[in-house]
Amino acid sequence: MQAFTCHTGVAAPLLRINIDTDAIIPSREMRLVSKKGLAEGLFASWRYVLPDSREHNPDFVLNKPAYANTTVILGGNNFGCGSSREHAVWALAEYGIRAIIAPSFGAIFYQNCIRNGILPVELDNDQVHAFAGAVAENPQKNTVTINLKHQTVSTVNGMNAHFNIEAGHKEMLLKGLDSIGLTLTFDEDIRRFERRDATMRPWL
Amino acid sequence: MPKTLFEKIWDAHLVKALPDGTFLIYIDRIFLHERTGSIALQSLAEAGRSVRHPDRVFCTMDHIIDTFPGRGDDTVMPSGKNFIQATRKEAKAADITLFDIGDERQGIAHVISPEMAIVQPGVTLVCPDSHTCTQGALGAAAWGIGSSEAEHAMATQTLRINKPKLMRVTFDGELGVGVTAKDMILHLIGQYGAHGGAGHAIEFAGSAVRNLSIEGRLTLCNMAVEFAAFTGLVAPDDKTFSYLHGRTYAPAGKDWDDALAYWQSLVTDENATFDTEIVINAAAIEPTITWGTSPQHNCGVNQAIPTLDNFKSDDARTAAQRALDYQGLACGDAMAGLKIDNAFIGSCTNARLEDLRSAANILKGRNVAAGVTAICVPGSQKVKAAAEREGLDSIFVKAGFEWRESGCSMCFFAGGEHFGAQERVLSTSNRNFESRQGPGTRTHLASPATVAASAINGCITDPRQFAEVN
Ligand code: SF4
Repeated sequence: MQAFTCHTGVAAPLLRINIDTDAIIPSREMRLVSKKGLAEGLFASWRYVLPDSREHNPDFVLNKPAYANTTVILGGNNFGCGSSREHAVWALAEYGIRAIIAPSFGAIFYQNCIRNGILPVELDNDQVHAFAGAVAENPQKNTVTINLKHQTVSTVNGMNAHFNIEAGHKEMLLKGLDSIGLTLTFDEDIRRFERRDATMRPWL
Repeated sequence: MPKTLFEKIWDAHLVKALPDGTFLIYIDRIFLHERTGSIALQSLAEAGRSVRHPDRVFCTMDHIIDTFPGRGDDTVMPSGKNFIQATRKEAKAADITLFDIGDERQGIAHVISPEMAIVQPGVTLVCPDSHTCTQGALGAAAWGIGSSEAEHAMATQTLRINKPKLMRVTFDGELGVGVTAKDMILHLIGQYGAHGGAGHAIEFAGSAVRNLSIEGRLTLCNMAVEFAAFTGLVAPDDKTFSYLHGRTYAPAGKDWDDALAYWQSLVTDENATFDTEIVINAAAIEPTITWGTSPQHNCGVNQAIPTLDNFKSDDARTAAQRALDYQGLACGDAMAGLKIDNAFIGSCTNARLEDLRSAANILKGRNVAAGVTAICVPGSQKVKAAAEREGLDSIFVKAGFEWRESGCSMCFFAGGEHFGAQERVLSTSNRNFESRQGPGTRTHLASPATVAASAINGCITDPRQFAEVN
């Protein structure tokens, strides 16, 4: 997994509340049994003029030249709610998104981000809006920097904010850890649990 | 120390508190389906890892398969066959139990898992599907995960997770006639918002929950995720135990007695505390319907869409206005009487036998209004067979409904079958998001009784207009 330490990039506002994973990647865009080839389908319903067309909708924020090469999304409350599809995160990652800043996230989506090297940053609504305002004038120049080690978000024009993240999530992202490998280092604990459980709940 | 039901299950599955502040939790059962399970199995195998306990992993075909009679591996969804065949191949290689097309046990994961007692009180069960919380209705901790977490669960039989906060939602009193579990959960989400349960494991309690059948409790817990909850659950009771007795994977003989003794301890202790408590007067709940594109956009079926000044924030007002534009509606519009194009009775929310009976009661001897396309998709092949034994299929068909094979069907659009753009669908499913049932489709969520009543009148209708409502 790609580690996340510090990242600077163009941030684009998608401030609607309750942006669900079907909006992030519509089901119809998930054609292959694969984690790859999903970036084209990212936000397809908004990004393209018609379903299944590939003609860009000029009004959609990621299609605007000012927001070319976006790597950070400024989102609304409950970002990534809805279906558990990890494709939403795979599509974001493949498109090049490294971090999402929003007041809150869908719980499964949040976990999926952590497991795929995307940093979900929780800031309150006013702060997210303030960052959107701070980049708006010249998004290519007013980039956003997210430092995971120090848990800060800042802009070149001087905005600053601190965010919270669980220690475990932080470590996984900083080191780019493979969580299965990590858990298997506790295999002896799992076996001990299984032996005890077999006597306590033999019917399972 | 007194404990809540969720804490009891949590403690019984705690393998280790990890140094990073998360907890290693043992997972008893893993459920997969062809849409997300295929990838999880494939990528696990590619990483050179194997399934730790294949006897604890179950897989169904529900999301992508067609629901037309005579279906096979070919699907209306382009490339759907890839998912089906990959799942079959991977399931065989991993030696897990698969409920394939043509198997009489096949159906929607969250319908068949309770049906076969794969989920039981006190177990932890995960599935790469957000509506896994449905299964908490049996007194289990069941929640949806992503594909990577599913790989983790299969490889290690554990997950590393944070402890959710605890919430109790108590529905006091009795439901009125014609008011169902679906109306209860929509009402809750309407009152507290689609984000109201975020981060919480929610125990549903109170007399109105106790009075629900197991099927009703499954409907209630199904939409906990639409409330942004980690999961929902209901303490098991005699109804739960008699529901489970004799089912395929239920313990038998001495095991049953031992299990039962344990299950009876799975209640929230008297003085246990929750981070959040919500109390709702069940008698005040109306048959409820959504008007917008979030489950929180709802009101009583006889009410009008609220005006924008009822929303607390600018964001909420913007979202409501956008939803109304999408739905072709305006503030102040009455819900009752609104013309519909389609009626859909199906999904893991409301496609169990009781749901079909409740719709059939109203449909019996009547006809779906001209111009309305009506479809009924039983949640499982067992539900379908049981309904056919009771003659419900002929009531549906005579009324003008299509009668399908089980699966998710038009609950969601995956590139295959769908309702038309700008068409209004009255649906018993759980999500009314933009384009959920087809590009541009306008979905309204309601109970099976409300959908049946509305299908007959061709417009949104209070099911209590029909004497047969129950
Ligand atoms: S019926 Fe609908 S909500 Fe339920 S599992 Fe299938 S697609 Fe998901």
